[in-house]
Amino acid sequence: MVNLTVDGRKVEAEQDWTVLDAARVAGVHIPTLCHHESLPPYGACRFCTVEVTQRGRTRMHTSCTLPVKEGMVVSTASKSVHKIRRMLAELMLARCPDSEPVIKLAAELGVHESRFPYPRVGKSLKIGEDEDCIMCGMCVRICDDVMKVGALAFEGRGGLRSVTTPFHEPSEVCRLCGACESICPTGTIRQRRIADQEPREIPFEFEQGLARRKPISLLFPQAVPKVPVIDANTCMNFKTDGCKICEDNCEAGAIDHSQKDRTESVNVGAIVVATGFDMFDAEDIPRYGYGRYPNVITSLEFERLSHASGPTGGKILKKDGTTPKSVGIIHCVGSRDVNHQEYCSRVCCMYSLKFAHLVKEKTEAEVYNFYIDMRAFGKGYEEFYKRLLSEDVNFIRGKVAEVTDVAFAPEEKDKLVVVAEDTLFGMVRRIPVEMVVLSAGLKPGGDADQVAHLFSLGRGSDGFFLEKHPKLAPVDTVNDGIFVAGACQSPKDIPDSVAQGAAAGAGALSLIDRGSVVLEPITANINPDLCGGCKICVSNCSFSAVEYNPDKGVSEVHEELCKGCGTCVAGCPSGAAQQSNFEDRQILSEIKGILS
Amino acid sequence: MAENSFEPKIMGFLCQWCSYTGADLAGTSRMQYPPNICVTRVMCSGRVDLTFVADALADGADGVLIAGCHPGDCHYSEGNFRTMRRYSMLLNLLDQFGVEKERVRLEWISASEGEKFAKVVTEMAESLKTLGPLNWKERSANYCGAL
Repeated sequence: MVNLTVDGRKVEAEQDWTVLDAARVAGVHIPTLCHHESLPPYGACRFCTVEVTQRGRTRMHTSCTLPVKEGMVVSTASKSVHKIRRMLAELMLARCPDSEPVIKLAAELGVHESRFPYPRVGKSLKIGEDEDCIMCGMCVRICDDVMKVGALAFEGRGGLRSVTTPFHEPSEVCRLCGACESICPTGTIRQRRIADQEPREIPFEFEQGLARRKPISLLFPQAVPKVPVIDANTCMNFKTDGCKICEDNCEAGAIDHSQKDRTESVNVGAIVVATGFDMFDAEDIPRYGYGRYPNVITSLEFERLSHASGPTGGKILKKDGTTPKSVGIIHCVGSRDVNHQEYCSRVCCMYSLKFAHLVKEKTEAEVYNFYIDMRAFGKGYEEFYKRLLSEDVNFIRGKVAEVTDVAFAPEEKDKLVVVAEDTLFGMVRRIPVEMVVLSAGLKPGGDADQVAHLFSLGRGSDGFFLEKHPKLAPVDTVNDGIFVAGACQSPKDIPDSVAQGAAAGAGALSLIDRGSVVLEPITANINPDLCGGCKICVSNCSFSAVEYNPDKGVSEVHEELCKGCGTCVAGCPSGAAQQSNFEDRQILSEIKGILS
Repeated sequence: MAENSFEPKIMGFLCQWCSYTGADLAGTSRMQYPPNICVTRVMCSGRVDLTFVADALADGADGVLIAGCHPGDCHYSEGNFRTMRRYSMLLNLLDQFGVEKERVRLEWISASEGEKFAKVVTEMAESLKTLGPLNWKERSANYCGAL
């Protein structure tokens, strides 16, 4: 510990602190322009100059670069210090009269104008014209020292000093990480100018690409565990071994860039498969215009738009930032359709009604719901539909043929026209709207076949996981100990998913809680002396109860999984496989007895 | 014309969950069907080994009925699919031995189809009456003699 005095206050400092650190701890304000916690100190702006008395000698020094020493006496507000600072402010103001941080700092010091004329000779980036660079060097330092890329550097001296790239050419090494742009206090640096490329925005998956995220981000507000995740594909540390600003700033020391993926083996007694669903891809129906017209959006995108924590703060806006005056909501996109999914996705009618209600609540827009049937099957659902009828939402019963921007009449100009059948009126209607929401259906997850294979799950014709019995065992599967729950078993909404989750959990608990498993007395068994290892029995078993043992060269029956159907026994060519109480010789005796 | 006094013997293999229960239902509903069938219960139609069919025919049966759950409804999920496959192989075999295809039938009878069970047995008995007795001993003797 080092003891020093700052403005009369005693400060206990660590060995490696600077005077600026010590002053901050003492609660003394020292103005800075080129200082940043994540950057090594540079002493460029000189604003942090203080008067330091040590061993009888007094001198002026920049506090950001001066290490603390025992017995130092620091004065941050003496007359000389003030004089220096005001002069610096005037000089800086002369150089950058339009820069906000400079104007602000100068004003703090009581300087409002500069008596020095300054011909604008030095440009901040030779690549383009810009006068607001204050030569703080933060962009250079962050690119070089922290990001370990070094695309920017200072060039020239005095009035000709500027920040630029080698030979003033667009940088070949710039990683478009955006660090310089984010740290520049005056907004002078732009990635576009350094690398001659558009900066890459990382689309935020949870916000459906409507917002961007950083390489380190919280996946979504309800994530479990609720901790940020580092995306190794975009994080600079994985590209240049630099940055790690997040790690430096983390007070809990919770960040470790050296973590690697690892596979862990866990022995369990029961498994609940609740792997969810994927949204139907609206681009598969090109005539609805998704991907072509900017104001045709999917239901998930609308969810983010209308959510208070979303990219627009909950305001329903078109892509140009204005509020739509009319919105069309198209039901059954991808569902109840022989060309795509034949089943009904169950949740879309209700969420489409919710959207209609939200639009009415948040805007003055006219709302049109294009539906086939109104599926309001749950508690309070029909009442909600009735409410919307009284909120003047327009309901048009009929399939939508297309969404087009070709106008046939003056009121359709510059609008999206929804061409739909109106079966109640008995005609085809063209409804011009400013925004179209496609209520896309639910489909099995993209990796459903791999998951099914992993857990020996059957899949129905619609691709969702097969339950043991649609009415009597909706969360069990044919394999004891493996349960399914939620939308992976069939499209369903939240209350039903929760109920199934609880049911599957209860099923799993009752299994493992019992401590023992009741076996069928009619299980199959294989005589290893007769078995030739042909594995016909293995392929015959629907319950994964027969397994080939490569060490012994024979197949074996897992009694606890065997259901006692005997199919493997019938297929066995050598008679090695038999079924207890239904052995071949028993049945053959029966036959003989019956027919004699 | 002398009345045909031949009464065919039908061996039935019924699966526990569907067809055996269906046959049970026919009984409790007092449905009338010819007494020519004798059944034995297996857990699944997939348990039926083709040698059972062969042995039944060799032991005096004139016809065999294998009955199981409807495809897709098998209590053991896929057992009846395997029965289907084995049955088509069996028909091939029967053909080679000169046994008429009509003698061995595979039927899907669910637990509620008592009426179907009665109908199937009635039909089988009738068609076997027309076909006549199997007389396996004679046939196999002729067959071996021909070799």
